[in-house]
Amino acid sequence: MSRVELTRNHLIKNLLKSRYPQLIVFIIMLAGYLFAILAGLIGTPVGSHNFSIVFVWIAWWAILILIAVPFFGRGWCAVCPIPLPGEWLQRGAVLNPPNKKPKWLNLRWPKFLRNIWLQNLSFLLLALFSSVLLTTPSVTGIVLAMMLFSAIGLSMVFERRSFCRYLCPIGGFIGLYSQTAPIELRIKNKQICVTCDGKPCYNGSSSGYGCPWDVFPGGLTKNTYCGLCMECIRTCPHDNIAINLRPFSTDLAKPTARLDEAFKSFIMLGSAMIYAGVLLGPWGMLKDAAYNVGISNWFVYAAVFLGIIFIILPSLFALCVSRFEYLNSFKKRFTILSTALIPLGLMFWVAFSLSFVFTNATYILASLSDPLGLGWNLFGTADAAWQPMLTSILAPVQTLALVGGLIWSARTAQKAANEARVSSIPVIAYCFIATLVMLWLLL
Amino acid sequence: MKPSELLARSLITVAIIGAVGTPLFLWTRTPLIHAHIAENGGWSPDVIQAEVGKPLHLRFTSDDVIHGFAVGQMDMDAVDIEPGKVSDITLTFDKPGIYTFFCTRWCGLNHWRLRGTIEVNGSSPTPKPASVPLYVTLGLDIDAPHNAPIVPGQLPSPFRGEQLAQTLSIEQIATHEYYVSNSPYQLYKDLNSTNLTDSEKWDVVSYMWQSNTTPVALANGQKLYAQNCAACHGEHGAGDGVFADDLKAAGDSSKQNMMGDNNMSMQTPANFADPTRMLAASPALLQGKILRGGMGTGMPMWGVIFTEEQIWDLIAYLYSFQFKYQ
Repeated sequence: MSRVELTRNHLIKNLLKSRYPQLIVFIIMLAGYLFAILAGLIGTPVGSHNFSIVFVWIAWWAILILIAVPFFGRGWCAVCPIPLPGEWLQRGAVLNPPNKKPKWLNLRWPKFLRNIWLQNLSFLLLALFSSVLLTTPSVTGIVLAMMLFSAIGLSMVFERRSFCRYLCPIGGFIGLYSQTAPIELRIKNKQICVTCDGKPCYNGSSSGYGCPWDVFPGGLTKNTYCGLCMECIRTCPHDNIAINLRPFSTDLAKPTARLDEAFKSFIMLGSAMIYAGVLLGPWGMLKDAAYNVGISNWFVYAAVFLGIIFIILPSLFALCVSRFEYLNSFKKRFTILSTALIPLGLMFWVAFSLSFVFTNATYILASLSDPLGLGWNLFGTADAAWQPMLTSILAPVQTLALVGGLIWSARTAQKAANEARVSSIPVIAYCFIATLVMLWLLL
Repeated sequence: MKPSELLARSLITVAIIGAVGTPLFLWTRTPLIHAHIAENGGWSPDVIQAEVGKPLHLRFTSDDVIHGFAVGQMDMDAVDIEPGKVSDITLTFDKPGIYTFFCTRWCGLNHWRLRGTIEVNGSSPTPKPASVPLYVTLGLDIDAPHNAPIVPGQLPSPFRGEQLAQTLSIEQIATHEYYVSNSPYQLYKDLNSTNLTDSEKWDVVSYMWQSNTTPVALANGQKLYAQNCAACHGEHGAGDGVFADDLKAAGDSSKQNMMGDNNMSMQTPANFADPTRMLAASPALLQGKILRGGMGTGMPMWGVIFTEEQIWDLIAYLYSFQFKYQ
């Protein structure tokens, strides 16, 4: 299907090429991020009335999972403030690339860690503590601060945005699901890149910095690792970089075989299902076990959580892909066919998130006026009553999302199965059963 | 450095300082009294300073569950304190002293420990000495066991008791002083000189106890009981309130004080429906228990919370678990 090059539009192109619009958004986001940390640490410990919980886990999460990721892929990474302070230190500048060498160590990221296993682990680490993290402002504040300071620390040791690329617990799944997004950054003409001297898009130039995501745009075939930072648009001397509008899930048509990415699919799929059970389900004991970190029941919960993600879901999937043709290696079939779980997982998260976003969105109004729970009423909305929204359409919309996700994943499975030269039916059956479980958990 | 670079760095610096500094500044300027369940620290702060005659504006928030605020012995409506929200009240004290404020919501197992003090400084135009409680005047040992060897076989009726009392010459015992100083069982014994049967004597006792209270006092006592006592002693006085089960379930942890020391000897809440215990208790004895509290048994000290009148109303209501008041 055809693509539409958005950067043909001069306004869009100039907005992206100029550093100032992005910088302004960065600064606003950084202020909001720091405020969220502070609110978590000094504001009311009542999560539903604290900016850090309400704006991070309700407002931001809703925008991220319902809008940003499905429609803009790594659009959030383009404006995420976490790398800003670290990059300033690393580069010694904010806007204009200095002519001198970086002051800090500027090491290459270790080769054996150039994958998303660390992101898988960092996400799981947060996921295991999610019941506490999502409800306790101080924990949210500490985690946000840890992410910011980790990014700063890594910027002083390693080159580029090592935190974003290899450690960020959010960036991992955004990258995975960004493959489904109808937007991409790609080169226009490969031949120009091949003959380009110095590769300023990767190495930097006086016009801008080398790709902070350690990606050579000339070799981009999928969105996963392109953070949409727009540096290459600024540095390319040949105007060879484009932002394209494209059909959904274009990247999934030609799946790549990586075990770390395959497991990211299982982690996200399993987490959505477990969260649906723990956070939205009626099982009090399960909630207690997930919330009371450190007690024996929590260890059982953690073991079951990890067991579902690392053993049960992958094992059942392995059964699905191991019983047919053997024209490819098992690992290749496993990883390629796991691509089908990407749209399924995304829609699981959409359906799950709709529940608590619709239920809790009205907290945003109260928190906006009284973000620290100190009795302020900045915008006259501090007394806005909690009121679940759109409850009558929630279940139909969730069902639509899940069934749509199943159809989407079935189509993806067919393409992936052709690639792996196996039957898609077991994978579709796997997705079907997973969808039934999710429907049961949510509805 | 290029001006654009300088501007960018300045903007980021301002954003960082503004995002951190502004709320920190405002936070330090917004004093709040935080309420937590007693296990997590209770009131913070738990001592408040005030001046006689000067309005004291207090702002509260709860960091966990819903709490309430009221000052003991003060005619005021309790303030509800909701989690994450701020409520406030302005108080004016007309005499110096140390006032106790307390939680008015059953917030948790140790709800009764959720107290603090307001130290009101200044002088009073008409200082009034505190009166000595009756149980002290009478020299009662309020911790001594008190059990009635004989109890009524059925709920005594004040209605029948009134008719019988009119046939007796009991002027010397039909006084308020007698009522507050003696137990129902004592009156039962004092009626041994009459020709009344056991059942009739208990009817007279119940009438005498009813005649020393009023429907208004009983209603006030019932309200106080429901708000403050029923959590442990139960709605019907049987010592089976919602916290009684929790205290039993909590075991040793319920015996800890707020510093974590295990120096309590938590006891089952008194059963006011038990005639053996209640009919041997004089109003003065009950006044002492309410005023002073259980001294480590889990029964709070209410002397700083209730006025004397409220305590007598409450005592009158406690006897309604034994007598069929009309």
